[in-house]
Amino acid sequence: MTDIASTIGGGADRASGIHTNDAAKARLRGRYAAELRFKWLGAGAVALAGLFLLLLLSTIVTQALPAFRMNYLTVPVELSAENIDPANPAGANYLGIVQDALAAKFPDVTGRQERRLLRGIVSSGSGVFLRQAIENDPSMLGKTVEFSAPLDDFSDLYLKGLLAKSAEPQALNGVTVSAATGDVDLTFADDTVARLARGAGATDDTGVLRLTSSAASLFVDVAGGTVKLTEVGPGNTAKGIVLEALSAPVSAPAGAVLRTITTPEASRKISDREIVWLDNLKAQGAVESRWNTIFLFTGASREAELAGIWGAVVGSFLTLIVTLAVAFPIGVSAAIYLEEFAPKNRITTLIEVNINNLAAVPSIVFGLLGLAVFLNLFGMPRSAPVVGGLVLALMTLPIIIIASRASLRAVPPSIREAALGIGASKVQTVFHHVLPLAMPGIMTGTILGMAHALGETAPLLMIGMVAFIVDIPGGFTDPATILPVQIFMWADFPEPAFQQKTSAAILILLGFLVIMNAVAVILRKRFERRW
Amino acid sequence: MVLYIVVALLALAAVAFLLGRGRALAVVGGEVARLHSLPAQHGSYLALCAAGPALLALAAWAIFSPGVETSIIKSRFAADLAGLGVPQVEAFIRDAKAIAFGGLVGFTDATKEAAAAAYRSIHTTSVVLIGSFCAALAVAGFLYGYRRIAPAFRARHVVERVVRIVLIACSVVAILTTIGIVMSLILESLLFFAEVPFFKFLFGLHWSPQSAFTGAGAEAGAVNQDIFGAIPLFVGTLLITFIAMIVAAPIGLMSAIYLSDYASKSVRAVAKPVLEILAGIPTVVYGFFAALTVAPFFRGMGESLGLDVASESAIAAGVVMGIMIIPFVSSLSDDVINAVPQSLRDGSAGLGATKSETIRKVVLPAALPGIVSAMLLAVSRAIGETMIVVMAAGLAANLSINPLEAVTTITVQIATLLVGDQEFDSAKTRAAFALGLVLFCATLALNVIALRVVKKYREQYD
Repeated sequence: MTDIASTIGGGADRASGIHTNDAAKARLRGRYAAELRFKWLGAGAVALAGLFLLLLLSTIVTQALPAFRMNYLTVPVELSAENIDPANPAGANYLGIVQDALAAKFPDVTGRQERRLLRGIVSSGSGVFLRQAIENDPSMLGKTVEFSAPLDDFSDLYLKGLLAKSAEPQALNGVTVSAATGDVDLTFADDTVARLARGAGATDDTGVLRLTSSAASLFVDVAGGTVKLTEVGPGNTAKGIVLEALSAPVSAPAGAVLRTITTPEASRKISDREIVWLDNLKAQGAVESRWNTIFLFTGASREAELAGIWGAVVGSFLTLIVTLAVAFPIGVSAAIYLEEFAPKNRITTLIEVNINNLAAVPSIVFGLLGLAVFLNLFGMPRSAPVVGGLVLALMTLPIIIIASRASLRAVPPSIREAALGIGASKVQTVFHHVLPLAMPGIMTGTILGMAHALGETAPLLMIGMVAFIVDIPGGFTDPATILPVQIFMWADFPEPAFQQKTSAAILILLGFLVIMNAVAVILRKRFERRW
Repeated sequence: MVLYIVVALLALAAVAFLLGRGRALAVVGGEVARLHSLPAQHGSYLALCAAGPALLALAAWAIFSPGVETSIIKSRFAADLAGLGVPQVEAFIRDAKAIAFGGLVGFTDATKEAAAAAYRSIHTTSVVLIGSFCAALAVAGFLYGYRRIAPAFRARHVVERVVRIVLIACSVVAILTTIGIVMSLILESLLFFAEVPFFKFLFGLHWSPQSAFTGAGAEAGAVNQDIFGAIPLFVGTLLITFIAMIVAAPIGLMSAIYLSDYASKSVRAVAKPVLEILAGIPTVVYGFFAALTVAPFFRGMGESLGLDVASESAIAAGVVMGIMIIPFVSSLSDDVINAVPQSLRDGSAGLGATKSETIRKVVLPAALPGIVSAMLLAVSRAIGETMIVVMAAGLAANLSINPLEAVTTITVQIATLLVGDQEFDSAKTRAAFALGLVLFCATLALNVIALRVVKKYREQYD
């Protein structure tokens, strides 16, 4: 037995064998470690790709969700004959009526600037909605009715909690206020307010904490009104401005609530006054959050709260119809010719090389082609879906041809031979037998090509589809824009509300793409045959 | 009006089909076997005879008539247009057309109204003419075809020849597209190079055609040749492409290796769709992501490290472009790696190599030509990508290779030079076509080289 063992060990001492000594073991360990590292590197690469996707989608989805809701303000509007002349309803100032109704809720607001600020809380498009409501229901005229107006984009964003952060409200005891309006002096029972003011970033001016516009805003809700603190100290006293009138001066110490808006007034796009009004309206129950039908069913607008996606969706639809109508028949015919009829000669090789090269041409070059040929040479209209569709058709043509050829090639020769054998002509063979069998694959390729065309932006910028178009396009030659270009345009607008709209539009675009791809997958799964 | 003619012709074709089929059946008294071609083929033949020539004539008319009408107007109003330059004449024609046929009218005067009236009458005459010509052609064609239907007539051959010609015409569209691209790029570029010397464009170091200096617009007399130096654009494009490839090449290649040689079936079932989704996301979405999330992220990171990062830094655009290209690199590499025969892997494993050693020392060298070609294609893709850089890269042409600064690219400049412009006859807009030509040549060269690499260096293992 010992002999055999020593033979297996290579006839030498185990510890000194070239494959078994410690150095060899270390080498092997090193190789296995390298193997493991390599494997994890690969897994890491895949995980990283997945992470990027997750990051991208989650960014867009979290941004987009608020845009699908919208806050409406319900106010009683007076549709008296004095506001709207029944003989000439078109001449009335509908926006003014809505704004007057809002101003009536805050009778204390008298200053010119404040009044303008207050009237800006509702969207400048509210008048249009009111007029439409009256046109739909003329019996409203002459009465005072409850009307829901969309809020201005900044007010809307504030109510969605996207413009300013606020801290938990705190209860205060023993608060007195010297007057009911204007500049007031306050006293407190303890130093809670001083502490909070220090934490809020107030500047210390020899014992007096000044709350400037670069510090957080502190509001004291007391006696049915709101005081904004401007100075805290010395001691447990403070100075403030009344933003919302108190019912009476508070001389006997009373309970109050301290609210903190932690985002400084200087770095947010909504003022303290507007915040107080909006919170007040919300507390009254006059503000209501609804599905944002304006976004889904109207055309573009410069006002963020009135901008909708419908015009772009219709434009995309019209463009894709043109693309499909041009690219599908031409692409399939070219594929049939190249795959079934073409002799192997220099011209057909040239066509094939050409198609492969076209598939690799940058999309913006197709835009240059569209500009030079369709617009400048043929004089076709700018910004029209028909031109966009043609450009996209030329761009998707190679995709459709390549997919159709692959699909035709997958039909086994026995089918063709059988058809030819019973006397069908070549054309009959192809159109009656081969093409129907290849159709599912061709359709899949076409849908994928269309999905690609739907997401394409650059060539359409060249042919002027980047124009600002309010009307919903009604035909193939009307000026139109399309979804990706709308996204591109909105992404450039500085208003924060447009960022949410951009994300929401992206979500809608991705939704269409998912649907198209799903249809392609289903087609492939259901009809694809393996021969 | 033209639409009605087309619809009428199509209706006529349908009627002719039915009549032809009936006639074919009638001439043999219902005995289909006596016919050389099937009745439906006779029907198709008659439909082609009736509608085909008329449709061709209509197409020719649609292409040529606008030019003819315009030149008639120009000659009629030659006296009014005598003192005007080319852009003014074009504006005049555009306005007259808009008045006549509806559209956005710039401003109007009596001459333009007169031209519009002339336009309208010429157009009406021309439509009536083509309409009656089409009708005559259709009737003649129908009668000719109807007479030829006979038992021995080889309708099938005629119809099939027409079908074949249509198929050939469709496949020639691809060539026409290429010709159209090349011609439009070259013609406009030649006009541009007539104003700005070729070498000043290709090797100049200063690019600012948007600036208000002389030569920026059409109205200026002399073109300032020194503001069309494209080197900063080329450097910017290469910088962003380089950053993109630094991201995409390792991640794409490693994920291809992992998916083809390591991943279990279930991992692959998840990872492949992830990569496909990444490939299917429109580039405008990547651009938004780059501008909204990635650029501020790099800016914030740079601030915390004490670096000054531009808000439209090359690195943000490059990294996002890299993410976009990952699936492209990965799917191309995957194909190449899978094409390496299993016997090579088995042989290596038989010699005692671990899996990673097999991949690094056997599979990758064998697949190298394909991988190089995949990378070249990815580079060509990155160079031609537009939306990400338009949204996330800068507009000012800085000559810099610092990834933290803002640079601009060829595609960004093409887009910014042409978007929003209505006139396309200034050096500024022509410069965009010259840039397009450079872009087209660069991507074409990369694709050709990629093909060559594969052809030349590929080993035939099977």
